[in-house]
Amino acid sequence: MNRFSRYGGTKSYIASKALQNDVNVAIALGRPLLIKGEPGTGKTLLAASVAEALETELLTWTIKSSTKAQDGLYVYDTVQRLNDARFGDNDISDIKQYIKLGKLGQSFNTDRQVVLLIDEIDKADIEFPNDLLTELDQMQFYIPETGETVAARRRPVVIITSNSEKELPDAFLRRCVFHYIAFPEPAFMEDIVRVHFPDLETQLLQEGIKAFYRLREIDELRKKPSTSELIDWLRALVASSTKTKELAQDLPFLGALLKNEQDYHRVAGPPAAGGNAGGGRRSFAAFR
Amino acid sequence: MFTEFFYTLRHHRVPVTTTEWLTLLEAMQQGFAGSSLVGFYHLGRSLLVKSESYYDQYDIAFRDYFTGLEVPEKVFDELLRWLSEETLKLDPQGVNLESLPRYDWETIRRMFEERLKEQTERHNGGSRWIGTGGTSPFGHSGVHPGGIRVGGEGHNQSAVKIAAERQFRNYRKDLTLDTRQIKVALKKLRHLRRTGTRLELDIEESIDKTCRNAGEIELVFHPERKNDVKLLLLMDAGGSMLPYARLVNRLFSAADSLNHFRDFKHFYFHNCIYDYLRTSMVGGERMATAHILDTFDSSYKVIVVGDAHMAPFELFMEHGIIDYYDSNDTAGIVWLQRLEQHFRNIVWLNPMPPRAWRHPTISAVGQVFPMYHLSLAGIEEAVAELTRLTH
Repeated sequence: MNRFSRYGGTKSYIASKALQNDVNVAIALGRPLLIKGEPGTGKTLLAASVAEALETELLTWTIKSSTKAQDGLYVYDTVQRLNDARFGDNDISDIKQYIKLGKLGQSFNTDRQVVLLIDEIDKADIEFPNDLLTELDQMQFYIPETGETVAARRRPVVIITSNSEKELPDAFLRRCVFHYIAFPEPAFMEDIVRVHFPDLETQLLQEGIKAFYRLREIDELRKKPSTSELIDWLRALVASSTKTKELAQDLPFLGALLKNEQDYHRVAGPPAAGGNAGGGRRSFAAFR
Repeated sequence: MFTEFFYTLRHHRVPVTTTEWLTLLEAMQQGFAGSSLVGFYHLGRSLLVKSESYYDQYDIAFRDYFTGLEVPEKVFDELLRWLSEETLKLDPQGVNLESLPRYDWETIRRMFEERLKEQTERHNGGSRWIGTGGTSPFGHSGVHPGGIRVGGEGHNQSAVKIAAERQFRNYRKDLTLDTRQIKVALKKLRHLRRTGTRLELDIEESIDKTCRNAGEIELVFHPERKNDVKLLLLMDAGGSMLPYARLVNRLFSAADSLNHFRDFKHFYFHNCIYDYLRTSMVGGERMATAHILDTFDSSYKVIVVGDAHMAPFELFMEHGIIDYYDSNDTAGIVWLQRLEQHFRNIVWLNPMPPRAWRHPTISAVGQVFPMYHLSLAGIEEAVAELTRLTH
């Protein structure tokens, strides 16, 4: 459309038109792009794909429950400095060498525009996103220990994923471009799967996808299978050279699709039934 | 421009702010609407709506706003194109949000109107799209496309169609409810306090302090931080609750599996709370309600779940209980009032739709407790009420 259209998906990652546009909007406005969606719809992979398309480096900051905002900026390694003071021969008056930049700091401190992925931001404490507001807005921060300011020479492309484990603060949300990756329609799913299995027999692919969506329609499932599980499952089908015909009667390798024990037994029949394939066939048929 | 759309969104309770609206204008200026209403639909959604649970409201607002307008596709797209090409003479950097608000709405409006005037002139001379009053610039001054109410289809229709499909209706907060969502909502029920005398050594902090002291050891202690919230869940397992059994079960399993509270206890009752509660849904031990009031101090936060839908005598009369083998010397409503007086934070969650709450017993119970709908939005409100400091 214009000079801003830079991202259009990559060979290994198919992005919908709306998603492509949102990525480009986020890049142009210099805003973080917040991605939500069902698990397994490729939230994390998007960042890699954007980095690939922009031909730049990807920095990944994986958030854990104990992660603090400060960790992303820099860490002052006082332990190393103390050690050096006692046993080393470094010049310990130079504090700079003990300042280690975190992922966010690194993404500022580079000459090229990099992609920074802040993965699963909802894992951290509720206040975590708020602690990063200024840094993400102004793309700079101050290190009191050295009196230096680290400022981004090129605003990094910031992609943030969330699984909605916790609500994100409003002030943080206001600054983001938001995209919800809706679960792909069967036709779009076929395109996605094609990327992973270019040589897959069309009939097997279509039947596999059909069975997959039938499974997803079962409301009682605690964890519906997602794209990544479908791909794993198809891989198993290919490896075992399952025939399309077999798929119509039974679902082999059900464990690749359903990871929750209760879900598995709901579809495959109760474990007390001796775990025979016949039970699975019956109850799956009942759900159609 | 389209300012009315902003208010339509707010009218449909999409929490849009001015900051986000300005960001949208900025993005449109850079051409991101892609000169089409479909593009505008997606762009607006990603910049104005920050949770999929509001997508449906956005769709409705979009449909309502744009359906009535029937803006001719060409006019609309043209406008968007101008927006992208001829900037509104904002700061060329543009990206800097702080610079934006300086342009008040009137200015932007006027600039836009000028564009619009130019547009009518361009298309003038019998363009059937523009109404007869076309000579006056202000005839179409409706900066809001509301001013250009002329027939038309095309792009416009298709974006409205997308909106009208409302494919995100299942993501709405006031409709959907799964265990995980409830957990997220209940997690807000927390009151972290450093309490007690049990101290724990903060190793990180100690090392840091020590190193900053050039090796002089300094130990840092602090009391443990614990969630102080104790939760009591009272659930109606009466016959009229059967249709909601799954919903209540989800709420229970969310609270039970959360492992988040200092204490979590639950009891069941039938239709209304009388002299006794039960420890399980069917049968179970009887537990005197008076005993519960003695055992659980007033700091427990209480959620009562029930439809409160019963015959008036069940609520207001002594011996109104309908269970054949039970009797009650005290009317149900009195027990409810006692509960309300005892606990500082107590709410009632009702699975019945709020429009049905005018029923006599429901409204009577609703006068005793703050009552919320058993939906995600309702639970969130209830949690906010529970965390409020009272008395």
